[in-house]
Amino acid sequence: MGRTLIEKIMSSHGGKDCRPGDVVWIDIDNRTARDFAGASVVGNLEKYGGDSPIADKSKTFFTFDCNVPANTIPYANNQQRIRIFARKHDLKVYDVDAGIGSHVVIEEKFARPGTTTVGTDSHLNIMGSVGAFGQGMGDVDIAYAFKTGKVWFEVPESVRVTLEGLPADGTEAKDIALAMLRRFSSHELLGKSVEIYGPWVENASLEDCVTLSSLATEMGAIIALIPPNDNVLDFFGTTRNEAVYADSDAAYLEDYSLDIEGLKPLIAAPPSPTNVFPVSEKTDVKVDGVFIGSCTNGTYKDLKYAAELLKGRKVAPGVMLKVVPATRATWARLLEEGLLKDIFDAGGIVSNAGCGGCASGQIGMTGEGEVQISTSNRNFKGKQGKGNTYLAGIGTAAASAVLGRIASVHELKEVL
Amino acid sequence: MKREGILKGRLWVLTENGKLFSDIDTDMIYHNAHLAVTDIDQMGQYAFGNLEGYKDFSVEARSGDLVLAGDNFGSGSSRQHAVDCFKALGVQAVIARSFGAIYKRNAINSGFPIIELPGLPDELFKQFDQAELNLEGGTLNVWDNRYQGNPMSAVARDIYLAGGLFQYAERM
Repeated sequence: MGRTLIEKIMSSHGGKDCRPGDVVWIDIDNRTARDFAGASVVGNLEKYGGDSPIADKSKTFFTFDCNVPANTIPYANNQQRIRIFARKHDLKVYDVDAGIGSHVVIEEKFARPGTTTVGTDSHLNIMGSVGAFGQGMGDVDIAYAFKTGKVWFEVPESVRVTLEGLPADGTEAKDIALAMLRRFSSHELLGKSVEIYGPWVENASLEDCVTLSSLATEMGAIIALIPPNDNVLDFFGTTRNEAVYADSDAAYLEDYSLDIEGLKPLIAAPPSPTNVFPVSEKTDVKVDGVFIGSCTNGTYKDLKYAAELLKGRKVAPGVMLKVVPATRATWARLLEEGLLKDIFDAGGIVSNAGCGGCASGQIGMTGEGEVQISTSNRNFKGKQGKGNTYLAGIGTAAASAVLGRIASVHELKEVL
Repeated sequence: MKREGILKGRLWVLTENGKLFSDIDTDMIYHNAHLAVTDIDQMGQYAFGNLEGYKDFSVEARSGDLVLAGDNFGSGSSRQHAVDCFKALGVQAVIARSFGAIYKRNAINSGFPIIELPGLPDELFKQFDQAELNLEGGTLNVWDNRYQGNPMSAVARDIYLAGGLFQYAERM
């Protein structure tokens, strides 16, 4: 019997043939911690790490992205505690200027197809976008990975989702992720490794794969693995022979088919990412603020698209548009190509690279009664303040900012 | 902490609209506003501070209590705080129909017992029913009724008995 993608990655890193339900100690290629929970990782290592708390410093690093630069004293203290520990043990810190750790790990090409990455970020399964294993874990697990290079993992069951057909023009990766959340909610894929196939993913850009995989957490899945296509392979300068794919006779617990032919833009209304509607059904909702960024929709491609839609247009009076590029490299490119000016001239606020509002670090919080359209990944009650957060793609976010109400990109192009 | 196979305590039955509360995410358990806290003893006061109907939990909970919820308890972020806040209050275990994957391993790694009881009906229990949880067998006894859940996996049991992942590793 052949093996699924996750079974192959677990087997190659666990030193034995891995099947669902097996508990295996796997070697971790990239061991990371953020400013959030990183200080607790340091605390664990000081308590339990002994004289040699770091197994391999070349594979171990910190990424600051939650509260950057620190705007609370506890975060400032935690970051400095991490820096001191990192200097002592000669560990690299991607500091407050670097941006979202999960994106930095891909940009730096550490998380290549078939590799394993862990960190204190529940969206580290974003590595599924490049056919790699990634997992967010708590500070105990991550401290253990720093010290030993390994974590235990129960090999999950795999399911296969085939996206049939191609979506309509103006529909984005985010809309496809929302279509999956609408179909599967947060229970059907709980604890599963999901492999995604179909014509759309075969041609998707790396950035679109990142967006789709980043919503695996909200689906309750362990990870959403996308078999590396040519775009992803080209980014890493690698080939199909070096990447990992499922065997053709692999066994899946379920084989789902999801029709996305002609799919139109979707939006998730409060209070959960699975509360999904067509954008066209929500166009009477007035908007106070729009947030564009996060690990789900903060790449160069995402922000370039936003800038193109905003160029020559104005954000509606009374509406805040907050933009946070995912990484410093993204920021630099937007700056060099004049795209930040397009966002600025439209009335947008551009912040430094990082996670944005998701961890109460940067801009993106809401007040009671405030309606925010966000390109991020969670809109649970109280998560980003007491307001009502709707989740959508770049086109819907930009159109809503300009029109002052929930609107699709098609309306933006018709009206103005 | 004692390492026992049988836990007895009163049951905090978390409900929403008459049903067992499902999809309680880590921001409802322990809100992101308090993530910079690193001292476990300081975390208890924030437990369920953002969970509708249970915002006084940290004041009303007693050492030895057991928490019962619906599906997908602890979905969301990777924060260990969402486990540690219960340890700080002396809560002995969380029982749910199912758990978020990261939450499950965070609990196991810090030696905090969780038990999955898939298919548990909504209206079986009253608030503060006395309950007895058998970790090894994965059973919950309330009054004279026994409900069979998933027993702890061998790894989970060993880490729990050792008192946490690092303590377990020392014995490997």
